[in-house]
Amino acid sequence: MYLCGRGVVYLQSMCIKARHVHVAKLCQTSTTVLSHSRSQKDKWRLYGIRYFSDQRTDSSPLSHTASKITEQQTPEHGLVPVMISELHELSSAPGPVPAEQTSIDLDVQSSLSPFEEISDEDAIRIFVPPNLPPTTFTLRDYVDKSETLTNLVHLGINLSKLEERPNVGSMLVRLNFQEDVVPLLLFLKDLGVQDVQLGLMLTKNPFLFTENLENLQARVSYLKSKKFSSESVAVMVSKAPYLLNFSVKRLDNRLGFFQQQLGLSAHKTRDVVTRLPKLLCGSLEPVKENLRVCELEFGFHRNEIQHIVTMVPKVLTTNKRKLTQIFDFVYNTMGVPHSLIAKFPQILNAKFLHIRERHLFLEYLGRAQYEPTHPNYISLERLVALPDETFCSEVALASLDDFERFQKTL
Amino acid sequence: MTTPAARLFSKLDGLFAVYKPQGVHWKLVRDTVETNLLKVVNSCPAPPPRCMVQFQLLQSGDCSSSNQLTVTKSSLPALTDHPLVTGPRFHKIRVGVGHRLDAFSSGVLVLGLGNGNTALESLYRSHVTREYILEGEFGKSTDDFTHTGRVIERSTFDHVTNDKLERVLAMIQGANQKALITYSQMDLSTQEAYELAVKGLLRPQDKSPPILTGLRCLSYKPPQFILEVQCVNETQRYLRKLVHEVGLELRTNAVCTKVRRTRDGPFKMEDALTRHHWTTEDIIPAIASFRRTTRKIRKNDSYRKVVKQSDSTTQTQAQTRTSTCKLESVNQEKAGSLNPSETSVDAKQF
Repeated sequence: MYLCGRGVVYLQSMCIKARHVHVAKLCQTSTTVLSHSRSQKDKWRLYGIRYFSDQRTDSSPLSHTASKITEQQTPEHGLVPVMISELHELSSAPGPVPAEQTSIDLDVQSSLSPFEEISDEDAIRIFVPPNLPPTTFTLRDYVDKSETLTNLVHLGINLSKLEERPNVGSMLVRLNFQEDVVPLLLFLKDLGVQDVQLGLMLTKNPFLFTENLENLQARVSYLKSKKFSSESVAVMVSKAPYLLNFSVKRLDNRLGFFQQQLGLSAHKTRDVVTRLPKLLCGSLEPVKENLRVCELEFGFHRNEIQHIVTMVPKVLTTNKRKLTQIFDFVYNTMGVPHSLIAKFPQILNAKFLHIRERHLFLEYLGRAQYEPTHPNYISLERLVALPDETFCSEVALASLDDFERFQKTL
Repeated sequence: MTTPAARLFSKLDGLFAVYKPQGVHWKLVRDTVETNLLKVVNSCPAPPPRCMVQFQLLQSGDCSSSNQLTVTKSSLPALTDHPLVTGPRFHKIRVGVGHRLDAFSSGVLVLGLGNGNTALESLYRSHVTREYILEGEFGKSTDDFTHTGRVIERSTFDHVTNDKLERVLAMIQGANQKALITYSQMDLSTQEAYELAVKGLLRPQDKSPPILTGLRCLSYKPPQFILEVQCVNETQRYLRKLVHEVGLELRTNAVCTKVRRTRDGPFKMEDALTRHHWTTEDIIPAIASFRRTTRKIRKNDSYRKVVKQSDSTTQTQAQTRTSTCKLESVNQEKAGSLNPSETSVDAKQF
C-alpha cells in the first residue's frame, strides 16, 4: 500500500510537469472512462455542477466516489482541456481499498513504465481535478468554476448577500444556467424589466428561480386582466420582487382588501398599488392597524384618509409609533389643524427630528406661523421638503451657522 | 505602500465629540456614525483582483485536424475577488462611546475611533468634571422626574423666591464639597492638599457616588428655573433626581424638563458635531483638532498609573514587612510554647 501510494504521488507530479510522459491505463475502469468521456461530454455537463452540492450532503468516502467523480467531473469543465482521469483513479488507490483490488493494482503497476511517451490526444485528455472543497461557507469557492454563478455575477446579482440567507446558496449552486436561469431572464425581459433592475431584483428575491414559469405567466396575465398596463406591471415587479411569488388567489384577495378597506375606486386603487407595490407583498395587519390609528386616534375623516393614502401610500406601511409621534408633535405642539395636515400629508412621511428642530427654530425666531390666512404663512411642505440651506435663507431668514448653533441648544 | 483604505483608517483614529439630539438612544448615534464611516471606507478602491491563468483549447483546431491541438494561455481576473461575490470589505469599525447620555438628555457625547478607544478608558479613569444645564419646573412631580412622566403630586410654588432657591443650592453644594474631600483621599493637613483645594482640583480617586463640584442658578422665572451643574461620576437620572430634591427642599415639587450636557472634560459644545455633520469629511478634521488633547489624556493616565503602582508597591512592601514581623513573632511564640528550654537558651545567648 505504502509503496503504491508513493508511486502515485511521484507519477502525478511527473505528469503534471511534463505531459508527454505516457501513463498506461492502470485499471479497467479508466479505459471505460476514456471511451465514455467524448460521447458523454455534453450529457455530463448538465450534472457536473449539481455534483458540488450533492456531495456536500452525503460526503461519501474517497475510495467509493473516486471512479464516479472522475466520470462526472471530466467533461463539465469546458475551459480545462487537460484531463487527468487516469491519474485521478490512481490517486484514489492508496485510500482504503479492499485487499483483492490492491493486489491487482500492484500487478498492473509493475507492468507500466512512467516514461513512455503519450500522444497529444491522450495528453489533452489528462484532467486536472479542480480543488473544490466538498463543504464551504461561501459561494466564493465555486464562482470561478460554475457557469451559473459566473453569469449571475455578471448579471449584477450580489452573491455575498444571497449566501447569508438560509438554503439560498445551495439552491443557486444546483441551478442549471441554460434550463433554469435563461428562461426566467427572457421572461422578465419580455415583461419589460430594465437590465439594471434585474440584478437588484434577483438579489432581493432569488426564489424566482425556483418558480414555475407557467405560474409566473398566469400571475402576470392576472395583473394585466385587472387593467394594470404592461409598463406598470414591469415597474411593480421590479419594485416589489416578491410580487410574482404570490398565487393568483392571494393577489386577488389582497387587491380586494385594499379596494374595500380604503373605499377607493378601481382606478385609484390601481394607482396606489402601482406606486407602492410593496403593499401587496407585506403583511396586511399593520395596514389595518395604521388605518385604525388614522381614523380613531388621529380623528381624520374617511375622505381625508383616502386623500392621504392616494397622495402618500407609504403612510400605510410606516411604523405606527413614528406616525403617532409626528402627528402628536404637528397637531399638539405646532397647532396645525387636521385639514392642513390632510392637505400636506408628506409631513407624516418626514423625519421627526427634522420637523422638531425646524419648528423650534422658527418658534425661537417668532416665525412659526402655519395659518394660511395670516401673513408670513409657512406651508408644511416648505417646512419639511426644503434642504437646510434654502430653508434657512428663504423660510427662516437666518444664516445656516445660526441654525446649527441653535441645534446645539436643544 | 499603503492602500487608500489604510490611509483613511489612519486618519480615523482618535477622539471627537458629537451633539446627541434629545429622544435618541446613544447606541443609535454610535451606529449611525459607524455606518456613515463604513460607507466611505468601503467605497475606497479595492486592490485589483487576482488573475487566474486559464488554458483554453482552440475549438477550430480540435474539429478540423485532431493531431494539431493548440492550447492558448490567457489570464483573466478571477471572479472570486469580484465585489459582488466578496461583499463589502469592512463590516465593522471600532467606535467607542465615552460617558453615556440617556435618551431623554441631549448634548456632548464623546466618541472614540480605532485606537482612540484606549484613550476613552484613560478619560474615564481621569475623573474629569462634566458640565450640565438642567431646566426644571416647579409645581408637580412625576414618577421618573421628567415632565413627560406620570404625575404623582402637584403643589403650589408661590412661596419660592430666588433667594430661597439660592440658599438651597448652596446647602446642596456644601454637602457635596464635604463628600468630595472624603472621597479624594487626601490628608487635608498637607500643603499638597491645600494647593489642590485652592485650585479646585480635588477629585475622587477611585469609584465614588455622584459628586457635584459646582451648582448655581442661571435664571429663575417662576415656575421655570435653569441650573448649571459641574459634576463627577454622575448619571442623568441622578441629575433629574437632584432637580426633584431641590423642589422638595423648597417645600414644593419640581420636574426636570431638559438635561443638556455642555462640556465633557476637555470636549466643549462648540466643537461637537451636529447630526448633519456625522460624515467622514467633518469627522476627520474634528479628530485632528482633538489630537493634542487625546495625547494629553493618555499621558496623564500613564503618569497616574506609574504613581499608583509605586504607591501600591510601597504599600505592599510595608504590608509584607508587617506580616513577616507578625509571622516571626508568632513563630517565636510557638517555639516558646513548644520547647521552653531552647528559648531559654536563646534568651541566655542574647
